[in-house]
Order: sequence, then C-alpha cells, then structure tokens
Amino acid sequence: MNNSQQFSPELFEPASVRESLEGAAQPAAPFWSAVLRRLRRDVRAVFSLLIIVLLLLAALFGPLLWRVDPAQQILGAAAQGSMAAQRALLIRSSEFTPLIEISDNALLSAAQLSAPTQLQILEATTERVTLRWQPVRGAYRYDIYRNTHQPATRADLGLPLGFTTQRGQISFSDGLQLRQRNYFYSVVASDGIASNDRFTTLAVTPQAGIGWLEAQLQRLIPADADPTQLHLDSVMLPAHPLGTDHLGRDMLARLLQGARVSLLIAVSAALLYVGFGLAYGAVAGFAGGAVDHWMMRFADFIVALPFLLFMILLRISFGIGPGESGVLPLVIALVILSWPAAARLVRGQVLQLREEPYVDAARLAGASSAYIIVRHLLPNMLGVILVALTFAIPNAIFIEAFLSFIGMGVSPPATSWGAMSNDGVQNLMVHPAELLWPAACISITVLAFNLFGDALRDALDIKGNE
Amino acid sequence: MWRYIFKRLLSGIITIWFIATATFFAMHFVPGDPLSDARAATPEIRKNLQIKYGLDRPLSTQYFLYLRNMARGDFGISFTQQNRRVNDIIRAHFPVSALLGVIALFIAVVGAVVWGAVSAHFRQRWPDHLIMLVVICAVSMPSFVIAALLQWLLLALDRYFGVSLLPVAGWGSWQHVLLPAWVLGLSTMAYMTRLLRANLLEVAQADYLRTARAKGLTPTRIFFRHHLRNALLPVITVLGPAIAAITTGGFVVELMFAIPGLGRYFVEAVQQLDYTVIMGTTVFYGAFLVLMVLLVDILYGFVDPRIRVGHSR
Repeated sequence: MNNSQQFSPELFEPASVRESLEGAAQPAAPFWSAVLRRLRRDVRAVFSLLIIVLLLLAALFGPLLWRVDPAQQILGAAAQGSMAAQRALLIRSSEFTPLIEISDNALLSAAQLSAPTQLQILEATTERVTLRWQPVRGAYRYDIYRNTHQPATRADLGLPLGFTTQRGQISFSDGLQLRQRNYFYSVVASDGIASNDRFTTLAVTPQAGIGWLEAQLQRLIPADADPTQLHLDSVMLPAHPLGTDHLGRDMLARLLQGARVSLLIAVSAALLYVGFGLAYGAVAGFAGGAVDHWMMRFADFIVALPFLLFMILLRISFGIGPGESGVLPLVIALVILSWPAAARLVRGQVLQLREEPYVDAARLAGASSAYIIVRHLLPNMLGVILVALTFAIPNAIFIEAFLSFIGMGVSPPATSWGAMSNDGVQNLMVHPAELLWPAACISITVLAFNLFGDALRDALDIKGNE
Repeated sequence: MWRYIFKRLLSGIITIWFIATATFFAMHFVPGDPLSDARAATPEIRKNLQIKYGLDRPLSTQYFLYLRNMARGDFGISFTQQNRRVNDIIRAHFPVSALLGVIALFIAVVGAVVWGAVSAHFRQRWPDHLIMLVVICAVSMPSFVIAALLQWLLLALDRYFGVSLLPVAGWGSWQHVLLPAWVLGLSTMAYMTRLLRANLLEVAQADYLRTARAKGLTPTRIFFRHHLRNALLPVITVLGPAIAAITTGGFVVELMFAIPGLGRYFVEAVQQLDYTVIMGTTVFYGAFLVLMVLLVDILYGFVDPRIRVGHSR
C-alpha cells in the first residue's frame, strides 16, 4: 500500500494512434528478405523469372526493334521456313514473248517424234522460269512438265504445266508458285493429240526474283517509280528469321505483336480480377455476418455459371460477333467471371487473420477498420495474393488462347498467340511451324508463370490448397 | 443428412434459375436484331417470324414464358435450322459428349492414382521429379496444341513408317474415342496427380499408418486400405471442378477431332448466332454442372461426415 509512485492525469489519456501502433505494425522486413533469399536459391524461380522478364521485354520492345509490318503479305514467300535477307532480281515486265521458229516440215504422228534437244534456261527466278529448246522435226506442239525430283519414267514427269499454244513455239514460261529449290523441267513433243514417250529434262534452281508491282507493294522501290527511269536490277528482300505464315506474313513480327496482345489481356485481366476479388473478399470477410453470407452467396452464383459458355455469351452481348476482335470486352468478361475465386481466397484469409491477437490489440488501441485492413491484414495476405496473381496470369492466357482458337477471341487484323495457333492448326499438315511457334510461346509463358508460382508458394511456405 | 441434401438441392435450383436469368438477359442485350438477316425480307415475314419466336411480346412476358418453358424442359426451336427443336439437338449430341467426358474422367482418375502413387513412393528421387515435370508441362500446354501434335505424329507415323495406330479424327468406333478422351482428361489427370501426391505424402505421416505397420499388415494392404483410401478423400472435392473442366474442354477437343458432340455444336451455333441454341445449351450445361457439383457434394457428405456437420450450422 505504500506506493510512492505518483500518477499524473495525462498518463490516462488515450494514446494517439501514431504513438501506440508505431512499434506494433513494423513492416515485416526480415520475412520478405528471407522469402527473397529462398527464391534466389530456387533454380525454378530464377529460371522462370528470367523467362518472364525476357517475354515482357520482347513484348514491350520487340515490335520497336523488329520493324516488319505483321500484317504485310508477301505472297511470293508464303509458308516458308527461316529465310535470310537476300538480293532479288527485279522483274520489270510480266509480259512473255514466246520464241517462234516455224519450220516447213510436215507434221508427224506422236510415235515418230523425237525428244527435244538443247533444252536451256533463258531466265530462272522465283517470279518466272523460261526455257527454250530446239524445234523437233514434225512436232505440232510441246507439253511441259515440272517435278521436284529427277523423273525416271514418262509417267513420273510430275506437274503438267501446260503446252505451247502457238505454232512453232519453242519456249515456255512458268510462274506457278516457284520457290528457291531444285525443279526438273521436262519437255515432250506432241502431235496435238498424243505425245511422244521420249522426254528431255533440265534441272533448274530459280534465283530470288520479285515482280515490279510486288516490289512497289512491299515498298522496296518507290510506289511512283517508272520502269523506264529507275535503273535498279535487284532489291534486298527482308529476312524472315522464323519464316512466314500461310499468307506470307512475317512470323517473328506476328509473334511479337501477338505477345503484346496476349500478355496485355492476361496481365490486365489478372490484375483487375485479383484486385476486385481482393476488395470484395476483404469487405465480406471483415464485415462478417449477413453481409458476408449474401456477398459470398452471390459469388457462388457467379462460380456456378458455365465459364467458357458465359465468356462467349458476354462477348456476344457486348456486340462483338464471331470473327470480330474485342480485346477490352474479353478483359471485362474475364474479370466479371473470374473474380470469385480470388474473393473466396481473400475472405478465408481475412476470417483467419482477424482472429489474430495483434488485430485485437490494434482494435483495443483504437485503430479503425480501414487501418487494420491496410496495416495488418493486407501485409499478411500479400503472399497469398501474390501467388494467386501469379497463377491468374497463365489462366488468363489459356482462356484467351482457347477463345481465340475457336474464333471467339482476337481476330484479324489484330492477332494473338491463340489466334495464330488457330491459323496454324488449319495449315498443320502443310506447314507445321506455323502452329509450333505460337504454341511454344503459349506453353513456355504459361510454364514460366506456373513454375514461378510454385516457387513463390514454396518460398512463402504457403500450404498448397490445390 | 436429408436436411443437408434438401438445402443443397434448393440452392442448386436457385443457382439454375440464376444461370437461366443471366443467360436470358445476356442474350437479350445482344445489339442488333436476331431477325435482321435475309430471311426477314418483307415486313410480313418479319412479323410472322417475330410471332413464331415470341419476340413480339413485352420483355417481362418473354422472360416468364422462357422460364416456364425452361422449367418444362422445353428449349424452343433453332433459329437457323427452323424445323429442329433445341431439345432434339441436345438429345442427339449430348450423349456423344457425355460418353467422351466419362471416358476422359475415368482415364484422368486412374492415371492420377497410378502416377500420384509412383511419384509419392519415389519422393524426391528421379521418377518423382520426372512425373512432376511432365505434370507441369501438361498443365502448361493448351489442349488444342497437344491434340494437334498428336494428330501430326499419327499422320507422320502413317506416312513414313506405314504404321496407323489410331484414327486421326472422327467418331464411330472405340479407337476413335481413345485419343480425344486422353487429350481431354490430360490436364485433369495432371492436376489430380499433383493433388494425390501431396495427399499421399501428408497421410504418410499419420499415426494410423504407423499403427497399421506396427500390427504387421502387408505393405499392399496398408497402401490400399489405409494410405490410398484416405488420400483419395480430398480428390472427391475436385471432381466437381474436374467435370466442369472436362465438359467445357470438350469444345476444343470435339472441334479438333471432328466429334459430333454438343460442344462442337455449341461453337457452331455461336458462329451462326443461333440464339435459341446458344441459350438452351448454356442453360442445359449450367444445370448439368450444378447437378454434378451437387452429386459430388452429397457423395462427399456420405463419405466424410465432417462436411455436412460443417454446412448445417
């Protein structure tokens, strides 16, 4: 009872929020530095983060560095593999004047004809291959064939390109989808009804060539250039490091443009829906009682909607028909349908965390609800939210790819990896690279985000509630 | 238990009503006119078509008629194939999707049990690492990519080696089912493998396993009766989402493999803006999924009594 201590009245004043909470709510720096340390040691995390950063850099700066127009078609080089930049001969005129050499010989029947001799190349570019030969005595016309291998028999001559149309014509010009590869041209003499069994074959490898009009379209020469004025024999064709697609568009440029669209949709949708779910779940969990009950019941309804069907339905109801592009509606539809998962997760966390003693302590010290949410609940939920976000991005990429694949996502002229895959599948048998590139991009991106999410979850030591 | 089932049933019905309502209004707000195409050439034809599809009535009447018809299980008449009822379309195409889905789910569950068990058994050794690598790759590849690669492989085998293992696409025999069902079930299998591995490892620490070992039970018996059985329990909860994933995943797989299922039909209906088919199919799928989730929940309630106690508070 002999208490000598003096109590002054100001000791019993309520403490200001600043004074009392300063110490209690220190940011948990050691925790995050430990997480960072664990992430740095994890091969998966380092590897996947590197890929993610590279992808983001490629999407951001790629189209600035690789300045090929992704929508430009080069019909002469459709569905090609990797191509280096090369010189191409400029073909000024598309006209072809056949060589005529009328001989006054009487016509012979097919069996009496011989094979043409001295078959030679007049010009050989990817625009046009022109051949000439010596006239065969008594021949009415000549049939010309093209094959991709040396023909062994008369039946093996390959593609019938046509026949000479004028009497005495001894040259032929072929411009049918020529590539830079070996062709074997065969010429057979004919009496107009049947043709002779003997043939002459010549191997031809066309040089790169480009027509005047095509060069103008590709802006390799000025659009108003005059063929008689411009003294230019060849132009440089652009390189296609990853080849071209079935419409002759540069794959690399399209992949970079597609990366922008795919990643934009995925990152923005994931951020928005996790953000909305976070706010929704935090309010529901913190409010508790009837508010919580009805808010979560509503979330349950949204979850019950058949997801992809409603993605498509919402898209249509935004006024975007099949085959039309809608990046923003796609994001909105994704957000509308995807937030409940994040909301449930956050609500569960809030319900758990608000029972923690430090929350009670903060409340006793007079902290407001908003303060408690921002200062205590959010930092403690940050790990879970980050993991949810990391898994939300690949999920959104998948959905975008899926919708674009069935033609309900991104459509021309815009493109995305999913839309490119759709094109690729149509041409799978002819040109598999067209599917492989975008498919690899989707898979690698999703894999990187999944790996990083796993590593992050392990580093944060969150028990997997898969 | 009955109380629990009744409550779940009631909330299931409300959910289906919500889906039907959301579908109705989402489709109603589609800009433009469903009868704006060439069929409605003259005002008279247009008027008659409006009457046929009930579009001349006020919105509230349309909505209630729609709900009444849905409740009776009548989804109306197709817009593009005017003599075909949506019910007939569903009846014709859904069994195909269902068969494919059931087989896919079966493949997924069996595969998950096998791979999960192998993975857990060789924990932190190379078979485990390999399986986990395959799992994460499988969930990272869209199903159309896997399908396309497999089809390409089959064709290449046929072309260069003269081996034709399975048909590349189509529908009709049991060989036609295998590849699409496997592709459809793959991501579910991967997901469940991972879950089962985690559960098996967790259960491995349980006291009852030590007891079982101490009693001298054979390892096989311990594994099947005590270990696997308890680890499988939580897998039942993901059956609902798995069925949903397989159902909607069917769209792409049916397209890729040219299977005449409801999913492919839905995608075609969307591309042709066939309103009644889109609405009918959406509500049908929604109701189907709600029912499946309900069944799974009830099943789980029977298997694990803790669940229904937790719900009935």
